[in-house]
Amino acid sequence: MSLPLIVLLPLLGSLVPLLSSNRQRNLNAWSTALLPAIALGIVIAHAPGVVAGEVYHSSMSWVPQLGLDLAFRLDGLSLLFLLLILGIGLLIILYARYYLAPEDSMPRFYAYLMLFMTSMIGIVMADNLLLLWVFWELTSLSSFLLIGYWYQQSEARRGARMALAVTGMGGLAMLAGFLLIGHIVGTYDMQTVLDSRDLIQADPRYLPALLLVLLGAFTKSAQFPFHFWLPHAMAAPTPVSAFLHSATMVKAGVFLLARLHPALAGSQLWLYIVTLTGLVTMIYAAYFALLKYDLKGVLAFSTVSHLGLITMLFGLDSKLAVVAGLFHIINHATFKAALFMSSGIIDHETGTRDIRKLSGLRRSMPMTAALAGLAAASMAGVPLLNGFISKEMMLTETLESGLLGGLAWLIPVLATLGSVLSVAYSLRLIRNVFFGPEAKELPKTPHEAPFPMRLPMLILVGLCIVIGLIPAVIVSGLLDAAARATILAPRPELQLSIWHGFNLPLLMSAIALAGGVGIYTVRRNLFNFQRQFPQRNALMIFEHSVRRLLQWTQVTIDRLENGSLQRYMLWLIVAVLFLTGSGLLDLDQLQGSRQPQPLDGLLLAGAGITILAGLGTAILHRRRLVSLMMLSVVGLMVSLAFARFSAPDLALTQLAVEVVTVILLMLALFFLPQRTPKESSGARVVRDVLLAAGFGGVVASLNYALLTRPMDSISGFFLDNSVSGGGGHNVVNVILVDFRGFDTLGEITVLCIAAIGIYKLLNRLRLFMPSSDSEGRPWSRDLHPMLLATVSQSLLPLALLVSVFIFLRGHNEPGGGFIAGLVTAVALILLYIARGVDWAQQRLSFQYQPIAVTGVAIATLTGLGSWLFGHNFLTSAFGHFSIPYIGEIELATAMLFDLGVYLTVVGATLMILANLGKLTTRHRPSKENEKETV
Amino acid sequence: MIDTALWIALALFCAAIVLNFYRALVGPSLPDRVLAVDTMYMNSIALIVLFGIWVNNKDYFEAALLIAMLGFVSTIAICKYLLRGDIIE
Repeated sequence: MSLPLIVLLPLLGSLVPLLSSNRQRNLNAWSTALLPAIALGIVIAHAPGVVAGEVYHSSMSWVPQLGLDLAFRLDGLSLLFLLLILGIGLLIILYARYYLAPEDSMPRFYAYLMLFMTSMIGIVMADNLLLLWVFWELTSLSSFLLIGYWYQQSEARRGARMALAVTGMGGLAMLAGFLLIGHIVGTYDMQTVLDSRDLIQADPRYLPALLLVLLGAFTKSAQFPFHFWLPHAMAAPTPVSAFLHSATMVKAGVFLLARLHPALAGSQLWLYIVTLTGLVTMIYAAYFALLKYDLKGVLAFSTVSHLGLITMLFGLDSKLAVVAGLFHIINHATFKAALFMSSGIIDHETGTRDIRKLSGLRRSMPMTAALAGLAAASMAGVPLLNGFISKEMMLTETLESGLLGGLAWLIPVLATLGSVLSVAYSLRLIRNVFFGPEAKELPKTPHEAPFPMRLPMLILVGLCIVIGLIPAVIVSGLLDAAARATILAPRPELQLSIWHGFNLPLLMSAIALAGGVGIYTVRRNLFNFQRQFPQRNALMIFEHSVRRLLQWTQVTIDRLENGSLQRYMLWLIVAVLFLTGSGLLDLDQLQGSRQPQPLDGLLLAGAGITILAGLGTAILHRRRLVSLMMLSVVGLMVSLAFARFSAPDLALTQLAVEVVTVILLMLALFFLPQRTPKESSGARVVRDVLLAAGFGGVVASLNYALLTRPMDSISGFFLDNSVSGGGGHNVVNVILVDFRGFDTLGEITVLCIAAIGIYKLLNRLRLFMPSSDSEGRPWSRDLHPMLLATVSQSLLPLALLVSVFIFLRGHNEPGGGFIAGLVTAVALILLYIARGVDWAQQRLSFQYQPIAVTGVAIATLTGLGSWLFGHNFLTSAFGHFSIPYIGEIELATAMLFDLGVYLTVVGATLMILANLGKLTTRHRPSKENEKETV
Repeated sequence: MIDTALWIALALFCAAIVLNFYRALVGPSLPDRVLAVDTMYMNSIALIVLFGIWVNNKDYFEAALLIAMLGFVSTIAICKYLLRGDIIE
């Protein structure tokens, strides 16, 4: 049960530093260190068991549908990494306490650091592939925050962004790889995956899965050619670099290689990709480490180089190589953390990290010089230090590998070359900074840093020496356990000692040391040689390519989505034309087996008028009012057609909608230019006519084909069930308020939102108003004609009565809330037309927004009400009641829902129309205010 | 007997609607067109009522009622537009 605590404690720990203020720095540091220290204690308590061969598991279900479990494991590999993460993490907390300047926010720094630590711990303890991925992405995110800690600096922001882009992209690739593995194995459980090596490697999906997972590992571990983000992540505060680039972030990649080694390694593919990538990275980065002037730049490239070394070892097809890789993980973490800390101290105390400016610091900071010297010696592989042992193991393994067949000698030679370069840059680092004449013109006078800042270095270098002197005593058990977890077998016989006798690896080490000193002495030539190459800044290239990508996408989007409604319609219609048209091509003949209904003169006349009116609408579109009248004729003919083909309720709805549409268009027409300019070119007209004709032809053919074929539609179900299931005889209404009530609820909600949106948009809008009509006649001064006012006022009660009637009987006979709402709205609008906004507003003392909202609320509550009775949302209930004087009546809860629809329609329609009407100012010439204007 | 009468009436109203439409199409002035469309609405009422009698269904009467009640609102809107430009003020 204590396993989740190891993850949970640092997670809680990320909140702890936020509790104390930035000024209480000691309190802040100590309280932050407390929880990870407890977590480390728990890990150490488990250590003996793990070393003895135990593997601890703990699992909780999280999202079982996805196969994602909150499962943790503690085996040798996790133990090794946990000790590094928590141990070095605690040292970093101590170091950062003295490193951060007073103006830097310490709580923020510690919170980010703990968040990062948590995600790292999550990665190494995850017992589920998906969980591992979740923590993996968390490290990308939290490292983004850490690298960009000094967000005032553009370098830091851009470096953080690049690190996030590269590692985040790798993480997504890795997720794809994990999903493939999960599909092959059938589960994301780590142990099952690790045990299914044969299954995975026999599957054809092994290749893509491996490539994707490796992409994740290589981007995280900054392997060539994805190494470019790491040097720019050096814009982070030095404690962050020391933590991220020694023990954690970049080690996550090699951890993944080790973790999935049992499942994925062993194939030729793995051997070649991983080994060669590691080898190339090792030499490439070592060369550039030699050339850098920035202290942290040297360390960054040397980190990349050493990660290449570890990657290469995991690639080699030998168990001992894996052990060597694990061992080098420990060693690299110790000496590299120490070196980063020393560079931080130098930066802190002298104000610069430029190797060209620094010199002779051993006099002013002797202890830092000694510690950094020892750590660099370990990095170079000088005997008696831990770096020497793992490097010798590495050289031995390169000799053993059978990679590249006849060219197998190339591997050890290149590995030695890498070691030579490593010696050279380590030497340069120490000799140029600490030796030579005293540096002048430093930004600060150098002096030794406070002791607590040196203490973490002391501990780490002490570890380097102790491991280097007595490796068998210190790390044997840990390495055994980690190796067991990585190669799923006991560690092969291995002599962990300093002296193996005179052999080839020892000779190679000697060559490396001598060659390194040699290269160091002739380094000027190397610098001169490098000068002939143009300087390339990875950050600039990266940002340039990102910008290019953005530009390209923007251009593509602009071309597709250019803001022109005609263009969108074009895409839509062309798409429909092709999709539907191709379907029609497959038909044997257009006409189906059903006999068409007989045609009479009435129908012919109606169809002719409809077609001509439709044509008229399109052709006369530049004479807006005429076009609108043609549209009105089309609407009328369509409702007549509905009536003719026995759909009276559709006819009712069509009529009501028609009227409201005309009013809306007339309102808008006033603000549009009186004359429509000729806008379309001839070619465009031809294109549009062809398209429209084609589209009309396809839709008409489709309709005809469908109507002449016998088919079962779902209407049979509605006809059978509307009385028994919905308690109404009007099937259309029952569908609206019961069967498809959820749709209707959505629709009235949209209507309400649209009305509120229009209300908001029209608010305080002032538009240009023409002073005369299109033929130049001034507007009439008679604002509200008497005849109109009288007629419309007498119509109002009649219309309201009809709407109530239509509403009440809607459930059983044609009608319903929607039509009733429209009728009411039209009657009220007529009042506005006849009497004006002011007059109407005085008498209708209510706002329309609350009415629309109340309507939606009533409908929703009706739906929710069925929950009270344990039914599904919007289940309706109905019953027959006999009411005195009225008689037998059928009441359904759907009626209440319909009331909601009614209120929404009235509220929304009036909100839109009345507010459009209100747009006109009060200063238009009219009879009433004639005296003021003249 | 009633069928014959219905057919004759339907044919006549249909012819009236066609003529209305012709007037709406050719104009020449806007008021001509407005009147034509309005008359079309009225003739439609007759058509629907006659059709309702023919199929013996009173629902059609209601559609006619609705046209009678609302059909002229769009005419009013257009007239108001011709008069003042702004229909709600």
